[in-house]
Amino acid sequence: MERIPILKMGDSLLVTIQVDMHDRLAMTLQEDLTTRIVQHRARGVLIDISSLEVVDSFMGRMLANIAAMSRVLDAQTVVVGMRPAVAITLVELGLSLHGVRTALNVEKGMQLIGHDRREDDTGAEREA
Amino acid sequence: MPNAKHEAVPIVSHDDIVKVRQRVRDWAVALGFSLVDQTKLVTAASELARNTLVYGQGGTVLVEAVSNDSRQGLRLTFEDHGPGIPDVQLAMKDGFTTGTGLGLGLSGARRLSHEFEICSTPGKGTRVVIVRWK
Amino acid sequence: MTRTEQADIAGVLGRYEADILAEWLRIQQSALRTHRVDETELRGQAREFLSLLRTAAGTGNVEDISTREWEDVRRLLEDISRARARQGFTPSQTAMFVFSLKEPFFRHLRHEYRADVERVGAATWAATVMLDRLGLFTTEVHQNGREEVIARQQQEMLELSTPVVALWEGILALPLIGTLDSARTQVVMESLLQRIVDTGASIAIIDITGVPTVDTLVAQHLLKTVAAARLMGADCIISGIRPQIAQTIVHLGVELQDVLTKATLADAFAVALRRSGLSVQKAEKGRGPAGSGAARGDQV
Repeated sequence: MERIPILKMGDSLLVTIQVDMHDRLAMTLQEDLTTRIVQHRARGVLIDISSLEVVDSFMGRMLANIAAMSRVLDAQTVVVGMRPAVAITLVELGLSLHGVRTALNVEKGMQLIGHDRREDDTGAEREA
Repeated sequence: MPNAKHEAVPIVSHDDIVKVRQRVRDWAVALGFSLVDQTKLVTAASELARNTLVYGQGGTVLVEAVSNDSRQGLRLTFEDHGPGIPDVQLAMKDGFTTGTGLGLGLSGARRLSHEFEICSTPGKGTRVVIVRWK
Repeated sequence: MTRTEQADIAGVLGRYEADILAEWLRIQQSALRTHRVDETELRGQAREFLSLLRTAAGTGNVEDISTREWEDVRRLLEDISRARARQGFTPSQTAMFVFSLKEPFFRHLRHEYRADVERVGAATWAATVMLDRLGLFTTEVHQNGREEVIARQQQEMLELSTPVVALWEGILALPLIGTLDSARTQVVMESLLQRIVDTGASIAIIDITGVPTVDTLVAQHLLKTVAAARLMGADCIISGIRPQIAQTIVHLGVELQDVLTKATLADAFAVALRRSGLSVQKAEKGRGPAGSGAARGDQV
C-alpha cells in the first residue's frame, strides 16, 4: 500500500505531501510519523503542503493531531507552503489550525524549529 | 470539458471522496470559476462527500451547471439513505464546539457556499444541496 | 405559416444564391464605412451564412430559430458577432450583416412569384420575421461579447491599480489608495497573498492612509487577509488607520484583537525591520562605506 515518504533532515523529519490523499493514507501518515519521531529522536517535523490544492476539515484535524502528538514526543511541527487559495478557504471555513505553526517554505520552517529549540533550551534563564 | 449539463458520482468508498474532489474541480474549471472559488467549491464538496460516506453510509452527488438570469453557477446535491440527522440545527451549531466531523462538515460547507439547503429524516436519509455562483 | 412560404424561401435562396450573394456583399461594403472587414473574410462569412440559411429554412421551420435545425446558423452568427464586437463594431453595424440581406432577397422573391401577389406577400412576411429574429440574435450575442471585454478590462485595471511594493528583503507593503469596495478589496488581497508566496516575504504591511472610509465588509476582508497570511506563515501589520476609521472600526464592533496596527507606514516599517532582525545605522561622518574609501586611494 502506498505511503507518503518521510525524509530525515538533520534532526528533523520532512514530509512532502504531493498527492490528493484519501483518508486512509492520511491516517497511515500520522502513524508513520509518530513512529519515526521516536525512532530518530527527531526534534522537528516539517510538513510541506505546497502541492496541496485543497485542505478540508479532515486534513486540518490531521495536521493539528500531528502537531499535538509531536509536541508530546518533544518535537516541533511546522506546516509550510500553504497556497493562498487554500489559506483563504480555510479562513472562510473557520478552521483555525490551532497549535500548528506555519512558515512560507522549508527553509523558513527549519529556522522556526531551530529558533524554538533555542528558546526551549534557554527557557529557564529567560523567564522574566 | 463536460458536455453534459450534469454528472452523478457515486460515493461508496474513501477513494470516491478523492474522485468527487477531482470531478468538482474539473466542472468548476470548465465553468470558469476563479481559483479561490474553485478551492471553496472543492473543499465544500469534500466535506459533504465525507459526511455522505461516513455518516450517511454511502450515497451519491449530482453535479449540475446552473444559470440564473445572467449568472452561471455550480450546484451539488449530496444524497444518502443513511440514518438521517435527528436535530440538524443542533448538529450544525455544535459542529464547531464539539469538533465532530458531521457538524463541522455541514457548517463548513455552508460557509463556503452561496446557497445551502439541508433536508434530513431520521431513518430515511439526508439530502444537502449547495450552490456557488460565479 | 404553411409549407409553401418555407419552400419558397429556401427555393429562392437556392436558385439565386450567387446573385443574392453579390448584391448583398455590395450593400455591406458600402455600409461598413468606418471600419473595414477584410473582403475575403466577409465574402466567406456571407457565403456560408446563405448556405446554412438555405439548409435551415429548408428543414421547414422558419418561425423558431432556437431549434436544433438552426444551430449551425446560430453558431456562425455567434462567431461573426463576437469577432465584430472585438473589432469595435456597434451592435447595429453587426446586425446589418443580417438585415442588409433583405433588399436583394426580397427583390428576388418578388420577381420569382410576381404572378401571385398574395404568395409574394406571404413569403416576404415569413422571411422578414425570420431575418428579424436572426438580426436580433446577433445583437444579443454582441452585447454579451462587449460585456465580457468590459469585465476583463475592469479586472486588468483592478490589478494594475494595486501594486505591491517590496520595501526590503522579506518585507512587502501594500499602499491602498481610494475607496475600497468589496470586489476590489478581494482582488487586492488575493494578489498580496500571492506576492507573499512569490517573494517569500514574512511581513506584509497593509497601509490604508489613502483610504477615506472603511465599511464592515471591507474591514472583514482585511482581517480575513491577515488571518490567511498568518496561516501561510507570514505576518501582517495594518498601518495608516486614521481617527475616523478607528472610530468606524470600534463602532462596527470589528475585532482587531491580535492584529498589529501602527499609525504610520514608517512605524510599521520600523517594526518589520526589528522583527526581521535588521536595523538601520547612521554612517559616521568623514568615513564612507568601504567602497568609497578604496576610491580615495588612502586605504587598500
